[in-house]
Amino acid sequence: MPACAIEEAIDIKGYVEIDPEECKGCGLCVAACVQKVLSLSPQLNRYGYHPATNEEKPCNGCGLCFYACPEPGAIRVFKAID
Amino acid sequence: MSELKCIHGKADCFYEHYERKGEAQHQTHYCPGCGHGIAHKLLAESIDELGIRDRVILVSPVGCSVFLYYYFDVGNVQVAHGRAPAVATALKRAHPEAIVISYQGDGDLAAIGSAEILHAANRGENYTSIFINNAIYGMTGGQMAPTTLMGNRTTTTPFGRNVFNDGYPLHVSEVIATLEAPTYVERAALGNTKQILQAKKAIKKALETQMKGLGFSMVEILSPCPTIWKMDPVDAQKHVREGLAAVYPLGAKRDRTKEAEPRPAHIPAPALEELPRILKLDKGSDAAMPAHHETVDFRVKVAGFGGQGVLLLGQLLAEAGMDYGLEVSWLPSYGPEMRSGTSNCHVRLSNKPVDSPFVSSPNVLIALNEPSLRKFISTVEPGGLVFYNGTAIPADCVRADLRMHPIPFFAVADELGSTKVGNIVVLGALLSATGVLPLEVVDHALPRVVKAEKWIEIDRQALRRGASLLCPEVPVHV
Ligand SMILES: Cc1ncc(C[n+]2csc(CCOP(=O)(O)OP(=O)(O)O)c2C)c(N)n1
Ligand code: SF4
Ligand code: SF4
Ligand code: SF4
Ligand SMILES: [Mg+2]
Repeated sequence: MPACAIEEAIDIKGYVEIDPEECKGCGLCVAACVQKVLSLSPQLNRYGYHPATNEEKPCNGCGLCFYACPEPGAIRVFKAID
Repeated sequence: MSELKCIHGKADCFYEHYERKGEAQHQTHYCPGCGHGIAHKLLAESIDELGIRDRVILVSPVGCSVFLYYYFDVGNVQVAHGRAPAVATALKRAHPEAIVISYQGDGDLAAIGSAEILHAANRGENYTSIFINNAIYGMTGGQMAPTTLMGNRTTTTPFGRNVFNDGYPLHVSEVIATLEAPTYVERAALGNTKQILQAKKAIKKALETQMKGLGFSMVEILSPCPTIWKMDPVDAQKHVREGLAAVYPLGAKRDRTKEAEPRPAHIPAPALEELPRILKLDKGSDAAMPAHHETVDFRVKVAGFGGQGVLLLGQLLAEAGMDYGLEVSWLPSYGPEMRSGTSNCHVRLSNKPVDSPFVSSPNVLIALNEPSLRKFISTVEPGGLVFYNGTAIPADCVRADLRMHPIPFFAVADELGSTKVGNIVVLGALLSATGVLPLEVVDHALPRVVKAEKWIEIDRQALRRGASLLCPEVPVHV
């Protein structure tokens, strides 16, 4: 796993980061997220896809969206570690 | 106080940039929602988690996943359509310490490559096959695959797949599981996150099977192809879950991972020096042969019925000639029947390299029956020698420009105790008439050509009896 710990402590369980330029807007992550945190952005990315976004909302960091996504690095999932 | 840690991200096993893709080096070449990308991620994570990246050799197929090697930072070999199991076999046998993983689509594995996968699995080759079943030829634009569901319209089944025209969906995992050798075969799917996580477990287990040396492992993965299926990615995922998985039941089809014993990495080949002994090529070849100086250009045609020893006579002559330091060739030519068909062979002995093993105008014809004599008599070079198994040459076959010897060779052999050695009697006569080889050279070659001990002694007698027929001073007995 890449070492990408976020330094600042935030009082949330989890968070995802989506790279809008790697995302192809397939929507599989949106369908996979039980918490309904994700949606497809009305914006188009450079390649003409509506990338997925969490609108910077935190979530539980369950990782379901990561495994649904076909792109190797489009989604990164962070989880709060005590 | 808590800290946010990245728990899922791009696997180390992937390259940071994908060189092939001009500007979009951070994206795969797959369509949005394609199952190949997901399968890649599962495989990459499994390789990372098992710590085997430095040992992995991936074999990529022809199909949408042909560019596998642009993504995985491991050893890679890209192979011809359907041939991954053969190449994986070779890689694993040559590098037993490597973890060899073939990755194939359903057109690749189940259509053009069906023979390769069946035999690799049947041999229990210790490699791991990742089989992506999306029930279609994706890359070439949507032709029917053996795995395509009944009724599906594809470019090659425009009216829908029809049993009578196209057969039934091929259940590859079940077929493989009928074989004795495979150790682990599981069908997984990418129809939802639960299935995806199960697929990863299966991939890991398959790789562990190989790491323990337990033999052949395969994971079939039902995978969405939204583009060719003409579905949006979410519907395609649902079709995997509800359409494909209904036809292709998920789960382990073979799991002998608990009881299987590690296979030997490879069967060691015998030492090179041992080969002559193992192949029984050493018998008789130890005796020093008299050196040979004459000009020799022997073009022999031997013809007769199957079962008369036509081929053996030619082979023995060639073997002995080789021992004597001559250049030789032996070209058998026979019909499909083991007995009672016609058979002939071409033999050349020369002190120069043989340009062609084919003898079209022989200077020696050995005709062991009348049809053979009739068939080949006109081809014999003027001045040539003819040995005919009979008491007289039929009048219409007589040629004044040839030396013709009608001798009832098989009747002579019968007197020696077996008509089976008639061919050797002929050889004896040939050698005494021409002096091309000493009889002892044939004696030495005999055990290589005639494997059964009991015949060798009577063959040696037959050789001398044959020689005496034209040259009575040669003793009949050794
Ligand atoms: C010898 C040979 N025959 C045919 C082809 C054309 N061809 C390329 S990909 C392919 C089918 C691929 O289908 P599949 O293995 O299911 O892979 P997918 O693209 O669906 O992942 C065919 C027939 C080829 N490249 N080489
Ligand atoms: S990590 Fe879980 S909760 Fe967060 S966006 Fe992904 S699927 Fe939704
Ligand atoms: S699954 Fe991946 S590619 Fe598809 S929309 Fe979500 S982030 Fe984008
Ligand atoms: S055609 Fe199908 S299998 Fe090929 S990349 Fe597109 S979705 Fe994937
Ligand atoms: Mg396919």
